[in-house]
Amino acid sequence: MNETISFKLNEKPVSLTTDGERPLLWVLRTDLGLTGTKYGCGKGLCGVCTVMIDDMAVRSCIIPVRSVKDKTVLTIEGLAKNGKLHPVQEAFVKHDALQCGFCTPGMILNAYSFLLKNPQPTRKDIVEGMEYNLCRCGAHIRIIRAIESAAQEMKGAR
Amino acid sequence: MNEDELQVAERGCDDSFYSLNRRKFLQGIGGGIIIFFTVGDPMAQGQSGGGKERPDFNAYLRIGEDGRVTGFTGKVELGQGPITSLAQSLADELDVSLESVDMIMGDTALCPYDAGTWGSQTTPRFGPVLRAAGAEARAVLIGLAAVRLKVPKEQLGVKDGVVFDRTRRERKVTYAELAKGKKIERRLEQEPQVKGVSEFNFIGKPLNRSDAREKVTGKAKYTGDIRIPGMVYAKVLRPPAHGAKLKSLDSSAVDEMEGFQVVRDGELVAILHKNPDEAEKALAKLKADYDVPEARFNDKTVFDYFINNAGKGRVIESGGDIETGHKLAKDVVEETYLNGYVAHSPMETHTALAHFEGDKLTVWASTQTPFGLRRDLTRELGMSDENVRVIVPFVGGGFGGKISNGQAMQVVKLAKIAKKPVQLAWSRADEFFYDTFRPAAAVKIKSGFDDSGKIVSWDYAIHGMGGRGSKLFYDIPHNRTTQYRDLRNGEKQHLLGTGAWRAPDNNTNSFARESHIDIMAARAKMDPLEFRLKNISDEALRRVLKAGADKFGWTPAKKAPSGRGFGIACGYDVGVPVVLFAEVKVDERTGSIQVKRVVCAQDIGLVINPEGVALQTEGCITMGMGYALTEEVHFEGGTVRDLSLGTYELPRFSWVPEIEMVLIDSNDSPSKGAGEPAIICMGGVLANAVYDATGARLFQIPMTPERVKQAL
Repeated sequence: MNETISFKLNEKPVSLTTDGERPLLWVLRTDLGLTGTKYGCGKGLCGVCTVMIDDMAVRSCIIPVRSVKDKTVLTIEGLAKNGKLHPVQEAFVKHDALQCGFCTPGMILNAYSFLLKNPQPTRKDIVEGMEYNLCRCGAHIRIIRAIESAAQEMKGAR
Repeated sequence: MNEDELQVAERGCDDSFYSLNRRKFLQGIGGGIIIFFTVGDPMAQGQSGGGKERPDFNAYLRIGEDGRVTGFTGKVELGQGPITSLAQSLADELDVSLESVDMIMGDTALCPYDAGTWGSQTTPRFGPVLRAAGAEARAVLIGLAAVRLKVPKEQLGVKDGVVFDRTRRERKVTYAELAKGKKIERRLEQEPQVKGVSEFNFIGKPLNRSDAREKVTGKAKYTGDIRIPGMVYAKVLRPPAHGAKLKSLDSSAVDEMEGFQVVRDGELVAILHKNPDEAEKALAKLKADYDVPEARFNDKTVFDYFINNAGKGRVIESGGDIETGHKLAKDVVEETYLNGYVAHSPMETHTALAHFEGDKLTVWASTQTPFGLRRDLTRELGMSDENVRVIVPFVGGGFGGKISNGQAMQVVKLAKIAKKPVQLAWSRADEFFYDTFRPAAAVKIKSGFDDSGKIVSWDYAIHGMGGRGSKLFYDIPHNRTTQYRDLRNGEKQHLLGTGAWRAPDNNTNSFARESHIDIMAARAKMDPLEFRLKNISDEALRRVLKAGADKFGWTPAKKAPSGRGFGIACGYDVGVPVVLFAEVKVDERTGSIQVKRVVCAQDIGLVINPEGVALQTEGCITMGMGYALTEEVHFEGGTVRDLSLGTYELPRFSWVPEIEMVLIDSNDSPSKGAGEPAIICMGGVLANAVYDATGARLFQIPMTPERVKQAL
């Protein structure tokens, strides 16, 4: 059934009328034109479609758009501010923590959300926090390094 | 053409390109300096087929009137970093900053013919061509500057795109000024002098990826991110099995729904809708009946089926006399090694967008073969090359799987019937089903060694795949390698789609060979490294073995298995000698294997971007853990059982070992590809390390916990 759903998307209010059961992923990618969030499996198994809802990392392919009503959604497009990369993005660039880049938006948002909860993670914490985000190119070791360095950077910024 | 126009052209919004052949393209490109160029025999480019499509040149680059350098290449960026390393080479030859180099990749209307991005060919084959074109462009610019500045060429130097008089540096002129108002095309008849190692500014220096910023901000466009007005999304109805025939289709439930369109073209059935999720949801409402052929074998019986029904083999390598060899042996070892089907599973599923306008077609596709796709499209549709344009945006991983373009062939049929632009992204299940898997294969080896530990006989039989990586580098006087590709009754071996998977054949061949070498070493009571060195005289391989052993800190064990969990495996791929050393820990209760440490030593010749090489090597080792430990496609006949990432397990963060890399210093030899070699030994090195840890020998990969427990 069509319904009107309003939420905050990358700090701007949005409102749209659609079937509330539709996955958030496809509403973002088609109705709202934000293609930075990718489709990987459609079953919440790979993490490629990760976005943040009220600071929590969530897999947008299995979340009905209805459930973000009145909430705050952050996608990869909203992370850099005024052209300045977020420390997690900066660290991914610096450590070459990507190859094809398809899993990267999901990796970055999962890492960011994880660092908000655990600002001083051990390597083991990072591995556990990232375990269910998949990367096929094998950039894992660098993603871990990037998150370690982003944690340092974000701590410095506090 | 300025940069804005070029970008417009890239996006495909300017149809003036459709009618442009090369000559017209060069005429229409506007001012500047264009170099088109062929180095060597185009066939040596790893480019087979092609025929008339193969032009008389295979590279061009442009120095624009703004002084910017643009390299055009039919290669694509799959994630392996040529967008960075090719720019690095160009910047060096032209003496410009990296920031002033742009790469236009994988667009059949803008780029010269290229057979495809595969087989670690970009750096060794295309790189030198582009460098030569860069060197030629530099020579042209110096010639122009000599006239302009009235200074002999020999007296001129170049830095950051500025040509200057070495005796009076204030006398100078920029590339932009030289190119302005010019229209110079050059075709080179002989190979220009490229720079030597000591003259490099960028080559050999570690560089971060130039596409990283776009990729971390979500701005990088992949095929599925392209939008054109009036476009709809397609979802295809996946048949239950390979070889299944559609008997009947009842689409009435969907036909009644507003905004949905069911399209059928023979076996191809799809639903179109303005939202992809709604098209997918509606698939469940289609009632389709199929005839499914009877299953002849499954993932467990496939190997016996191939071996027991093998047709006549073809000897692909031999030396001496195999029976004589066995007679010379003190001990003869005979074993069979198995490796199942493996999926490519790139994070981006196969995606394509087709847009017909009049008699013109533009297809955006995630593909490793833009020109191969164009050829297939022109044949399928009866169109000419000039009227079909393939554009490849960023590709979300290929690994060999995107050499085949099934999704693009499907989407053009749908777009043609629907008479509107259609985008199709395979679902993850589609991706598993339509994938061209690495073939399941069995390798039988019978070999012997003498009293001194010298291998004297080697009878090697390959069932189900090709021979890449089977070429002998051990010194064995009596040897024979036989390939079995057909079954006795004339049937095809494979019911599932098969194709190239990162270092095709070599992963299985190296697993078999290196496991078998280790078994012989243990029976000869020799250290596995010592046994290899005793039987390998190839200097390049001996160098990497020794360098890797040093880095790893390899010491001979008192007994085998030693309990340390150390493994070694070596091999050759695309001309690169490579060795891996690994340390594993095996949980004997659960059967799970934890890889603690992997050392890779290889000799890839001149290194363009060491950072890129490190990235590729780590990628190979990480991806290689997948095929060694968990990845295997389960199937019954033509029915694929693994259709989700929930049952087909890819490597995860917790698996990743400490990875160290040794590159042999050989910058005076030509570059070789680094995208594949390091993956070939992962099966062998881990099987050997598991044996060293536990005494259990695994003859089949992946080494799942169940198989490990069984072997224990």
